[in-house]
Amino acid sequence: MKIAIASGKGGTGKTTVAVNFALALEDVQLFDCDVEEPNCNLFLGFDLEPVEEVTCLVPEINPDWCTLCKNCASFCKYNALAALPNKILSFPSLCHGCGGCRHVCPAESIEEKPRPIGMIEKTSSKNSLTFFRGILDIGEVMATPVIRALQRHIDESRPVILDSPPGTACPALAVMGCADYCVLVTESTPFGFHDFLLALEATRALKVPAGVVLNRDGIGDSRVEDFCRAEGIPILLRIPDERMIARLYSEGIPFIKEMPEWKEKFKNILKTINTVTCKSKGV
Amino acid sequence: MRQLAIISGKGGCGKTTLTAAFSSLSENAVLADCDVDASDLPLILKPQVIKREDCLGLKLASIDPELCNGCGICLEMCRFGAVLENFTINPYSCEGCAVCTVACPENAVSLIPRVSGQVVSSITRFGPMAHAKLGTGEEASGKLVNMVRKKAEELADKYSCKLILIDGPPGTGCPVMAAITGTDLVLVLSEPTVSGLHDLKRAIKLTSHFRIPTVACINKYDINEKKSLEIEAFCKNSGIPLLALLPYADITTEAMMKEETVIEYSVHSGTSGAAEFANIVRNLWSEIETRLLETSQKEMYSKTLKAWEP
Ligand code: SF4
Ligand code: SF4
Ligand code: SF4
Ligand code: SF4
Repeated sequence: MKIAIASGKGGTGKTTVAVNFALALEDVQLFDCDVEEPNCNLFLGFDLEPVEEVTCLVPEINPDWCTLCKNCASFCKYNALAALPNKILSFPSLCHGCGGCRHVCPAESIEEKPRPIGMIEKTSSKNSLTFFRGILDIGEVMATPVIRALQRHIDESRPVILDSPPGTACPALAVMGCADYCVLVTESTPFGFHDFLLALEATRALKVPAGVVLNRDGIGDSRVEDFCRAEGIPILLRIPDERMIARLYSEGIPFIKEMPEWKEKFKNILKTINTVTCKSKGV
Repeated sequence: MRQLAIISGKGGCGKTTLTAAFSSLSENAVLADCDVDASDLPLILKPQVIKREDCLGLKLASIDPELCNGCGICLEMCRFGAVLENFTINPYSCEGCAVCTVACPENAVSLIPRVSGQVVSSITRFGPMAHAKLGTGEEASGKLVNMVRKKAEELADKYSCKLILIDGPPGTGCPVMAAITGTDLVLVLSEPTVSGLHDLKRAIKLTSHFRIPTVACINKYDINEKKSLEIEAFCKNSGIPLLALLPYADITTEAMMKEETVIEYSVHSGTSGAAEFANIVRNLWSEIETRLLETSQKEMYSKTLKAWEP
């Protein structure tokens, strides 16, 4: 069972839900897939060790063989190659590693070399929670390959919680799309509702079933709830708008550590999800 | 014309609420909602749309089933896993790199244009506004942000506005850079949380890289006063004026529920908390206005000086 925790926009409490959920369940894996802002470990404080460097294949041009035909530069859709009168200039940070330039080079003067764009890390094994995260190097744009590399470390035989990047762009879809279930974290305010609808639209396009965690419950009105009831979307949990919870968040403390009564509530999320997904599979 | 950008390292920390409040305080400004991923400013400002224009993103591969012989070369060559087993294209994975078009022996693949979003010009009760709507799975690109800013400039010319208020995207990536380049002042909104200082530092690194005068303020400073003090100390040491400390207040949500700016809401809500919050925002705004004026004067002087140079 792969569960993605997602939201239409940042700052809705996605990481809080992911971390507390993972701590409440036993024997699960937590994957921080928000590779541009991997914040889970701010709340976990684990010692991490590197597992893998993520690279992107970028072209390297052998000037002795290059005939300056400019095929490569005119092919590249990302302007990562520029043809000067006497040489081809490459901008590795713009390269998406598609391999097209090498394919179109008639002189076979292009070789591909791996260039680091990010890192996969995991907890040193003594923790009960298996935690992996991906980090995209600052200034890099290719988040999706880092996410894909991270996902290859998932142990499919055990439940996994994926903290998805916010929003509905490619990297977020890469996470939601690989999940069996999506937990959408939102607030019942005009902004929250609007962003929630964007995320819901994405889960529907990907055909992944979704449920809702209402964060800061009590503020705003019942628009999210009314909508969910009408559409048959389960509300999995309500986290009240309590100053204590906001404060623990600001300190970087997962609130179930200080408020253990929440453990059961988080565990129930998994039960609900199991029931709903079984039902939809007709089991 | 002056341009002010409001950014924050992270989403959801009150950037849009503040931009909306500024829009009701500023006279003669154009709004540019560059938070194109989750464009929320329109929910408060209820824009009346004048014009929509498509923004074309990277192209998308498309396989002609009449020509395809099922050889599987494209599937093998595509590094983004965008060609599916039945030789159709998954639009969410395709990066439009065109490798399949040159690899296909049957010339069965072509690139077709794809609309990644729309740029919208509108009128709101506080003046003209430029914003955008992205399609699902589309990247908030620097290109779209640039289009929104260009639209805002056109609107400013048309309605002779003196200021452009930019609601920036969250994070520190490409869209943020596009939102702040060439502005006169950047306001960074920070929060006293475990990642707040880190996010603030990253944002300031960006603005100093572009040499844009930068000011900061802290939202919900009373959630964690110790962390707020750390942020204050950092601002002091790095010479970033910290213009305001905004408290954790229900008024921001209450105003949002009424689809009003906090300034509008404070006028009729009658609670002292709301009035107090609105006053802090007012003071913050007048500080910012002074600074925008200063930068414009400096510019004027330097221009005059240049003109005098022999
Ligand atoms: S690998 Fe692709 S993206 Fe990179 S330089 Fe070559 S053509 Fe451009
Ligand atoms: S395609 Fe090959 S030969 Fe032609 S300019 Fe590029 S590297 Fe040189
Ligand atoms: S254009 Fe590139 S990414 Fe898209 S299907 Fe073809 S090879 Fe794959
Ligand atoms: S390479 Fe061309 S002919 Fe071969 S499977 Fe792909 S589209 Fe069809």
